[in-house]
Amino acid sequence: MVEQLSWKVGGQQGEGIESTGEIFAITLNRLGYYLYGYRHFSSRIKGGHTNNKIRVSTKKVRSIADDLDILVAFDQETIDVNAHELHSKGIVLADAKFNPKLPEGVDVTLYAVPFTEIATELGTSLMKNMVAVGASSAIMNLECEVFRDVVEEIFSRKGEQVVAKNMEAIVKGAEYVRKQDEGSLHQMELAKADGKKRMFMIGNDAIALGFLAGGCRFMAAYPITPASEIMEYMIKKLPEFGGTVIQTEDEIAAATMSIGANYAGVRTITASAGPGLSLMMESIGLAGITETPLVVVDTQRGGPSTGLPTKQEQSDLMAMIYGTHGEIPKVVMAPSTVQEAFNDAVEALNLAEEYQVPVILLSDLQLSLGKQTVEPLDYDKIDVRRGKLQEDPQLPELEKGEYFKRYQVTDDGVSPRILPGTKNGIFHVTGVEHDETGKPSELASNRKAQMDKRLRKLKKLPEVFPTPVHKDAKHEEADILFVGFNSTRGAIEEAKGRLEEEGYKVNHAQIRLVHPFPASEVKALVDHAKKVIVVENNATAQLANIIKMNVGSQEKMDSLLQYDGTPFLPGQIHQRSKELL
Amino acid sequence: MATFKEFRNKVKPNWCPGCGDFSVQASIQRAAANVGLEPEDLAVISGIGCSGRISGYINSYGFHGIHGRVLPIAQGVKMANKDLKVIASGGDGDGFAIGMGHTVHAIRRNLDITYIVMDNQIYGLTKGQTSPRSEMGFKTKSTPEGSIESAVNVMEMALSAGATFVAQSFSSDLKELTSLIEQGINHKGFSLINVFSPCVTYNKVNTYDWFKENLVSLDDIDGYDSSDRKKAMATLMEHNSLVKGLIYQNNSQQSYQDLVHGYAEHALKDSDLKIDEEKFNNLVSEFM
Repeated sequence: MVEQLSWKVGGQQGEGIESTGEIFAITLNRLGYYLYGYRHFSSRIKGGHTNNKIRVSTKKVRSIADDLDILVAFDQETIDVNAHELHSKGIVLADAKFNPKLPEGVDVTLYAVPFTEIATELGTSLMKNMVAVGASSAIMNLECEVFRDVVEEIFSRKGEQVVAKNMEAIVKGAEYVRKQDEGSLHQMELAKADGKKRMFMIGNDAIALGFLAGGCRFMAAYPITPASEIMEYMIKKLPEFGGTVIQTEDEIAAATMSIGANYAGVRTITASAGPGLSLMMESIGLAGITETPLVVVDTQRGGPSTGLPTKQEQSDLMAMIYGTHGEIPKVVMAPSTVQEAFNDAVEALNLAEEYQVPVILLSDLQLSLGKQTVEPLDYDKIDVRRGKLQEDPQLPELEKGEYFKRYQVTDDGVSPRILPGTKNGIFHVTGVEHDETGKPSELASNRKAQMDKRLRKLKKLPEVFPTPVHKDAKHEEADILFVGFNSTRGAIEEAKGRLEEEGYKVNHAQIRLVHPFPASEVKALVDHAKKVIVVENNATAQLANIIKMNVGSQEKMDSLLQYDGTPFLPGQIHQRSKELL
Repeated sequence: MATFKEFRNKVKPNWCPGCGDFSVQASIQRAAANVGLEPEDLAVISGIGCSGRISGYINSYGFHGIHGRVLPIAQGVKMANKDLKVIASGGDGDGFAIGMGHTVHAIRRNLDITYIVMDNQIYGLTKGQTSPRSEMGFKTKSTPEGSIESAVNVMEMALSAGATFVAQSFSSDLKELTSLIEQGINHKGFSLINVFSPCVTYNKVNTYDWFKENLVSLDDIDGYDSSDRKKAMATLMEHNSLVKGLIYQNNSQQSYQDLVHGYAEHALKDSDLKIDEEKFNNLVSEFM
């Protein structure tokens, strides 16, 4: 009996690897297991090795496992590429069709199961993935019936017979494996889960749902990996709320169209990845100087240029903080769990309007695309705050030719805002430096007053932002302080657990508000650690440099960097940290 | 009802004396009054360049954006508030060089906005470089031996791209220009009005006199029918697009916003931003 295991299915892209993983995972999620998925895929439609690794546990998991228990292989390449991940008691379930062999030196159990043959006998080789699901269920000692709901949902459109055939494929796969049993089956029997209903979603789903719940009613975007799911969800759902999505001609249009729509009063978002963000930089500056709310999602992937478009990386951090020429106030938020991604999407819309600034919601490929079990999202926490926006105000008549003071200098730097269409409220907006009414002005005194006003807006944000840093810091004096952002959180948490078992005192800070940087909060943690280890998926230690710049203490700082396209595994952080001590 | 004077503000344009853009400004102000708008009903979105300053010279809502991006900003405004009349405006460099990608797509998207280009065949604000509208052989600071690129034929391009309203005018003809802008505002879809607006400082070839000599009025072509796309194209080709008047209008095609699935009846800006708990729970359950 095991409390958790890792299962991976692999084959050629376009061969149904995704759907095999989906059926398996959705079913287990409904049984109450916690899941955490990792997709390995390439930038092509068909062909090329792809795999989907899913960790199943009776307890919360937020990271990929270091090793693998069960590998389902639809081709020899899957075995060659992945078998080394299996631990010594691991099992390979491979299609007998390709006469599977284990690579030299890999000593695990191999069952050649006639996936294709069984499926073909039942009517179509397409059902081979169902046979594989059945075979997997036998290893974990799950009843085949548990898959029925999901199979019905997927196939009921095609008729009862198709449902029955697919269920039969699952049963046959399970029966075949049970007959082959060499005593290894009970070793991987999965302990019962709590049966509670939880969501199972990718970060991009949560971000999109957060935007919808937070009042976003328009989106302008251009397709890109790994951001497109946000647009796809909004295309599906916005019409139910009267809104819509425009797929623009490029990311410059996406950003500027969003600026136009936000200026005119609709909560509008755009979402992209590094290449798109690079194109948007001038527009982000426009939002900054015109004080137009703007929310942009950056789902980081491997850069630069096209880089590693389907792989994990966290190398846009500096570009997101400092990107755009000139100096503007800007918020950069980096949620580290799917729940936080949902909450931060709502909050991004609020901050953009309250402070009248561009907000970058930073994600990374693993957070955006890793499908995982999510605790219930709290409806009561959804609030809509629009700051100094006056909706339908009754304004006194302006003197002829005078304008409304849209850029009035105020103590907190935020000016009153009204929407175009408002009677007696005419003002001008320009990316040229301007006076309080928006009219261009190059006067030195005005320039200074407007710059100071804009840059004053976010001064206090780190103090009022609800959780600028996710902290798990029990130790008053720690041997190690781990610092990370975005999806590294789960792997850091597990590594921390192992180090604590070994007697180390470990604190952990995951930065959620990246900019403006919560310096005092981070400094307090840094000051009480012997060593600070910053964990990030990039090559130049960008977060570490931000911390050094804001907090100092470089003498005790070290970095764990990984920029090979793969997310950190807990074991990697655990081992490499000890080498640094 | 507002008169054209109410669309004036106190800002003195920084254009050179004699610049064609003054007439475009006056025509927009007159057209806006003539179609019955109040200043707050109008949003003028403009690009970068001498002509881009126009949004600051009209007493209406105005947004002076970044170079080449006037159309996406204008489309965003219109999507958010369909009750506003939206005029996008800029120069030939703004719309046909840096912003050409947006121009083609705004044409085929067919949102109900009016795009007025002040076309002077040169870059004025940067002091006299070639523009995508400069003719082959045109000598400028950036083409001292004469331009070796052909000028983009925007009227033919617009027709090819599926434009539903294409017009061209000349800033000396205030009456025609005002009328075309009115028609553009009333057109249910994207209207492109290219206005020859001479640069008196840097363009010594395409002058007021040159246009007077070379432009053919469509009114003078017997039997010209602006609903006939084929005839429109043939006429443009015959006259190297040096024509003025309403070139083409398609009244039967619906605008983008008429076709958006599920689009709110009210202006989108007036949407309810909260979603009720039951609806939220339904959305959540789709992930279970």
